[in-house]
Amino acid sequence: MGSTSSTLLKIPNVEVLMQETGFSPAHMIRLHDRFKALDKEGRGHLCPQDFGAIKELAMNPIGDRIIGAFFCPGKETVDFHTFVKILAHFRPVDKNRPKEPNSPEPINSRSNKLRFAFQLYDQDKDGKISRDELLKVLQAMLGMQVTEEQLESIADRTIQEADLDRDDAISFEEFRKVSPEILHSRCFIKV
Amino acid sequence: QMTTKHQYQWHIIICLLFLVCELNHSVTSVFPESSLLIMLGFILGGIVWGADKAQTFKLIPTNFFYYLLPQIILDASYCMPNKLFFSNLGAILIHAIIGTCWNAGTVGIALWACYEGGAMGNLNIGPLQFLLFGALISAVDPVAVIAVFEEVHVNEVLYILVFGESLLNDGVTVVLYNVFDAFVSLGGPKINAAEIIKGIVSFFVVAFGGSFLGVVFAILISMLTRITKNVQVIEAGFIIVLGYLSYLTAEMLSLSAILSITFCGVCCQKYINANMDEKSVTTLRYTLKVMANGSETMIFVFLGVSAIDKNIWVWNTGFILLTIFFVVIFRFIGVFFLNWILNQSRLIPIDITDQFVMAYGGLRGAVAYGLAALLDEKKIPEKNLMLGTTLIVVYFTVILQGITMKPLVQWLKVKKATHSDLTLNGKMNNRAFEHILTAMEDICGRMGDNWWTRHWNYFEDKYVCWLLLKSDARKHKDPIFGAFHKLNLEDATKYVTEGERKGSLDFIRNYDSASVDFKKKLALEYGDITPYITGIDNVPVTSVMKNPIPSVSLDIHEQDRKSLPDKLSAHHLLDQHLYKSRRDNRPTYSRSHYNTSENPDEMQEIFQRTMRSRLESFKSAKMGVNPAKKLSKHPKKDSTHKPNGKPADPHRTHPYGDEDFEFSADSASSSEIAGHFHRRSTNTPGAGVDNPAFIPEMDTSPPMRNPPWQTETGNNTAVAPSQRAQGRLPWTSTNLRHLALLRMSTRSTDSFVMADASLDEEAPEEKPGTHHTRL
Repeated sequence: MGSTSSTLLKIPNVEVLMQETGFSPAHMIRLHDRFKALDKEGRGHLCPQDFGAIKELAMNPIGDRIIGAFFCPGKETVDFHTFVKILAHFRPVDKNRPKEPNSPEPINSRSNKLRFAFQLYDQDKDGKISRDELLKVLQAMLGMQVTEEQLESIADRTIQEADLDRDDAISFEEFRKVSPEILHSRCFIKV
Repeated sequence: QMTTKHQYQWHIIICLLFLVCELNHSVTSVFPESSLLIMLGFILGGIVWGADKAQTFKLIPTNFFYYLLPQIILDASYCMPNKLFFSNLGAILIHAIIGTCWNAGTVGIALWACYEGGAMGNLNIGPLQFLLFGALISAVDPVAVIAVFEEVHVNEVLYILVFGESLLNDGVTVVLYNVFDAFVSLGGPKINAAEIIKGIVSFFVVAFGGSFLGVVFAILISMLTRITKNVQVIEAGFIIVLGYLSYLTAEMLSLSAILSITFCGVCCQKYINANMDEKSVTTLRYTLKVMANGSETMIFVFLGVSAIDKNIWVWNTGFILLTIFFVVIFRFIGVFFLNWILNQSRLIPIDITDQFVMAYGGLRGAVAYGLAALLDEKKIPEKNLMLGTTLIVVYFTVILQGITMKPLVQWLKVKKATHSDLTLNGKMNNRAFEHILTAMEDICGRMGDNWWTRHWNYFEDKYVCWLLLKSDARKHKDPIFGAFHKLNLEDATKYVTEGERKGSLDFIRNYDSASVDFKKKLALEYGDITPYITGIDNVPVTSVMKNPIPSVSLDIHEQDRKSLPDKLSAHHLLDQHLYKSRRDNRPTYSRSHYNTSENPDEMQEIFQRTMRSRLESFKSAKMGVNPAKKLSKHPKKDSTHKPNGKPADPHRTHPYGDEDFEFSADSASSSEIAGHFHRRSTNTPGAGVDNPAFIPEMDTSPPMRNPPWQTETGNNTAVAPSQRAQGRLPWTSTNLRHLALLRMSTRSTDSFVMADASLDEEAPEEKPGTHHTRL
């Protein structure tokens, strides 16, 4: 459609983005519209408040962490490129896409999803989930009736389950091994 | 005619049945209630027959269709998870229309073919009558589906497909039944293309007419609830009466009555829940449940009793066995075929196991029996045979399939997924992913919706809500606000109670025109003001003003700290206490358990914790206590005061942005929050959560004294006073005025900055059309 392509052109680097993320043109347009809607002050990039304004995120126990995941370390803003790339993690899986031997892993592969989740846990980005970090995540996801002792015990057990090299932390490999076969085909959002 | 004595007997029996069935959960976990009831019906019928040597009772079609069925459908449609229903509407319709036609046609033709082949001996029956029989036996019955699926907790999509189909296929069934009935009257030769076309047209008229009528009544009911503020006591009664009226009107106009009452319930639920007082909503829910339960019980008992009718004991092995066989086989074929077609275009395909359960769940019930009983014996000489066969099919499906449904579902699941033995990591990560996906969906807004949904939401927000919702309700559309509103009311009452317990409300009286009647004051003024605070997709300021931690009883609860949880207990803790995500939200459709979902309370808690942590990080950023983390939620430097503010957003809701009030019975609907505020999490000190002293500076209210009980006990070591109580008076007039100012200020959208803003700043009123009472 004529209007589609003209709208599409307004998005910078849209071809590259579509290639990398696998979103269709219609998706890109919708995402761009959403981006603009969130960017209330029209600055061309999003800041934490813009995400904070989404009410429902405040009702998500790890909502703030997820917001944080959009921001690269050190950066205070999210541009459209990053926005789309992160959302691409949860694009529905193409069952029919042929597996080209040399193409990089698609963003919405199981491994990349797990990596995304891992980064949510690992706040200091040292590549491991320490006991403290795990404790924080558990705190966030568990109701307030759980006492600190119980939390610590759960954290200990969790690390015990996953920690194979006995360093009292969970590396990404260990995380991957112990993660359940998340219903990869169901782990997506409708865009 | 039943004598009084008989009626009395029946009533007692039914009461006993209720009790027996409700009490005996161990039995009902194996035998669905419906099958038990039927068997009890057998016994009762046998007793009666033995005593009177005559069949005194049976399920009279009129009684069934006019007095027993409507309330079940109304209850079901009123509690229907709308969002799920409409998002799967395409699939449901395909199954309802094409599936039912397929069933009717194939069963009829197959039976006829077998008859012609001589499998049934000699019957006085023609092909058209077979088709008629096929039509009436093909209807999947909503009552039976509810009854059986109640025990078996299948996933929501599967449930809605089967249940939706059972409701919507009435349109087809009625039409097919009437058309074939007319054909039978006409006789074979007279049927030509004209008649067939008439039949097809009548389908459209009946189905769409019925639905349209239902929608009209829904509109009527919604508008009615706008003005029933002064007669709240009987609001619920209005709904029931009008619902029933929609049924009767459709029946009178020869349209599909079930469709009418279905759409009536489905369409009006959202609006009446918003308009009516919570008590009325609760009343309505429970009344409908009671009525529906009662009807269902009676239907099944009568179905059992009806077996004891000598007239219908016309046994024709071929006919009966072949009917059962064909009904089951063609159901399976139909379901699998249609689902295969649907899966080509569905985003989430329907599994094979789900399809199997769908096919197996095609239960026939009282509707089929009722239709069979309505047959005219003169036209259809073999009516008794058909009636008897229908009953046998009903028993087969309800009893046999009902009993085996649960084990079947369990068996299939076990084969399919290794659901057991999820590790702690597994559980945690699964839940984390659910939260992540929910968050991503929220970030994307409602983009997953197709064209229809987006435009409907827009249309609805602009026009429909204006028409159907009370002006108050429109303001309260924000479910979060609604929840907080009630939370604050609770707080206020607690506060007052506390003060009274302490002996005096002196400390209250010291403040300007503070009134003891918090509830009323709050309800009026708070309700007036705060919607606007949540106006622009903003974090509600109230959450800042309000103490985020839910109130705590002033007695310490000694948690059992001694028991160190072992592995099992860790699993148990995770299972119990992990916050649910919205995706986890299973709609409730149990007939006997009215599920007061805990989600609203959880939502509160999560919301408060998020707000608190944002507050903390903002505070620490502001006060330089901690270096501004990478993730400083609301860094002060970014939120400059813009003198002219932003132009008020005339479209508070843009098509993508707001999903305040989803067209559904989501957990966050304010109506469901009614009556859920019992659960309060006890906040023991150090309960795994930092217990920040609520720093007074953040309090922008006038300087507060600590409430007496805190000064008594000194610092918050021994007693963990309510954080709320630690803070200050909830709302005095000064507070409210302050809130008003905050709302007015459109300078910075950062609510935290606003909270910090000095009281003296006047802000120009920019939002058009707001009426705010200056205090």
